[in-house]
Amino acid sequence: MALILNGDAELWAIVLLSLKVSIFAVLISALIGMPVGAALAVARFPGRRVLIVLMNALMGFPPVVVGLLVYLMLSRSGPLGVLELLYTPTAMIIAQVVLVTPIIAALTRQVVEMLAEEYSEQLRSLGVSRLASVPVLLWDARLALVTALLAGFGRAIAEVGAVIIVGGNINHVTRVMTTTIALETSKGNLALALALGAILIGIAVAVNAMVSTLSLQAEREGLRHA
Amino acid sequence: MRDLTLDMSSCLSVDGVRITRKGKSLLNVPHLALDGPGPTLILGPNGSGKSLLLRCLHGLIVSDRGQVRQDGVALNADHKARQAMVFQQPVLLRRSVAANLDFVLKRQGMPRSARKSRIEELLAEGGLDGKVRQSARSLSGGEAQRLAILRALALDPETLFLDEPTSALDPNATQMIERMILRASTRGVRIVMVTHDIGQARRLAADIVMMQGGHVVEHGAAKQVLDAPKSDAARRYLAGGLVT
Ligand SMILES: Nc1ncnc2c1ncn2[C@@H]1O[C@H](COP(=O)(O)OP(=O)(O)OP(=O)(O)O)[C@@H](O)[C@H]1O
Ligand SMILES: [Mg+2]
Repeated sequence: MALILNGDAELWAIVLLSLKVSIFAVLISALIGMPVGAALAVARFPGRRVLIVLMNALMGFPPVVVGLLVYLMLSRSGPLGVLELLYTPTAMIIAQVVLVTPIIAALTRQVVEMLAEEYSEQLRSLGVSRLASVPVLLWDARLALVTALLAGFGRAIAEVGAVIIVGGNINHVTRVMTTTIALETSKGNLALALALGAILIGIAVAVNAMVSTLSLQAEREGLRHA
Repeated sequence: MRDLTLDMSSCLSVDGVRITRKGKSLLNVPHLALDGPGPTLILGPNGSGKSLLLRCLHGLIVSDRGQVRQDGVALNADHKARQAMVFQQPVLLRRSVAANLDFVLKRQGMPRSARKSRIEELLAEGGLDGKVRQSARSLSGGEAQRLAILRALALDPETLFLDEPTSALDPNATQMIERMILRASTRGVRIVMVTHDIGQARRLAADIVMMQGGHVVEHGAAKQVLDAPKSDAARRYLAGGLVT
């Protein structure tokens, strides 16, 4: 605890890097996942159901395997090897994006599809085309979508298997909270591990509190005239 | 001759329209012409196809057979853009009361400053002033119905379909809405409205369409249909309605 209270520089650098990597990853995932999810909810094309099943399957993909696949892509002999991204924060962001995008896309698809069903006749009556309905639906689903982002962030920040493979847990470069906890615990440095664990739990609790507040609010507004 | 073409152009008609689902005929209307100037009210028991007929007239359902015509031509996107509908179960956007109105005004290309005053005007007209910022989803059933009607009026339609718009309203609000509907009608908006309230039909209707089992069993001037119905179905419906 003393480490947290004394503002240990190394500890806070690790926390900051964790937050930076995960926030970046979630933002990129949102930019990819939300349009994909909305498109799957609104558009009708052959293979749509297959894509939805695939996306839901990706959501449960083991992080270690995702780490391994990203590692193979980025490693020197891999297709993206020339970029020399392995063992950099960028590599960790990529791994987290791969993990989080399906979550955000799947949750977006779910809420937008439900809302689209409810709004469909009314929007058609108002002359809103299918394409033009997408921003309307995304905006009206905003509470649920923020919840999806938070869920994605929760997954990203607590993840260890994938980032340790592609980040390498290099001191001052790619050492994030989860990987440091794993390393320091095995070295017997429980003080740092515990301090980071406490912060991580704090973040998880805060994220969950925000999620339940938001979903409570969404429910309250959504239940009426349902 | 000229008058005749003018008459034609304000006609909304249904010809040979049939809707069948799973082998069951839900709507079967050989011919129906709504060409009078005053409000048309549609009456009939639950499940007789009133909402279905409105959806057809509004182009939300394409019938298996037959055609809906406006101005003598098959209903097209331009016609639909000049129609508005208040659904039996109003669907409000998950936004504030004002934003629900702003949404349709903005789509019509009204500038921001004009929208603001128009919204205030509409809300005052529907007795919803003071609810501007409230979330539309948290309105009471009757308030929601009123907002849905205001939103339809905000579209400034040529034809306004209303599906039991006062079913959840108290007597005061009902009167307020009926006045709004009559005002719109005097302005030249064609009103086509479903109701179960025979008193309301008497107050508003110029002509009445009586439905039963997916058929139009009677269509005529309000007074004639209400006071001297020709069909058995209409007689039975009105008798039941008068007793309760
Ligand atoms: N998509 C559908 N599939 C099958 N049956 C349908 C469908 N839509 C409507 N129906 C049936 O068509 C009939 C007419 O429905 P409609 O909603 O027009 O009734 P209504 O006259 O408006 O009744 P109410 O007074 O209860 O509103 C009903 O029996 C209904 O169950
Ligand atoms: Mg109905």
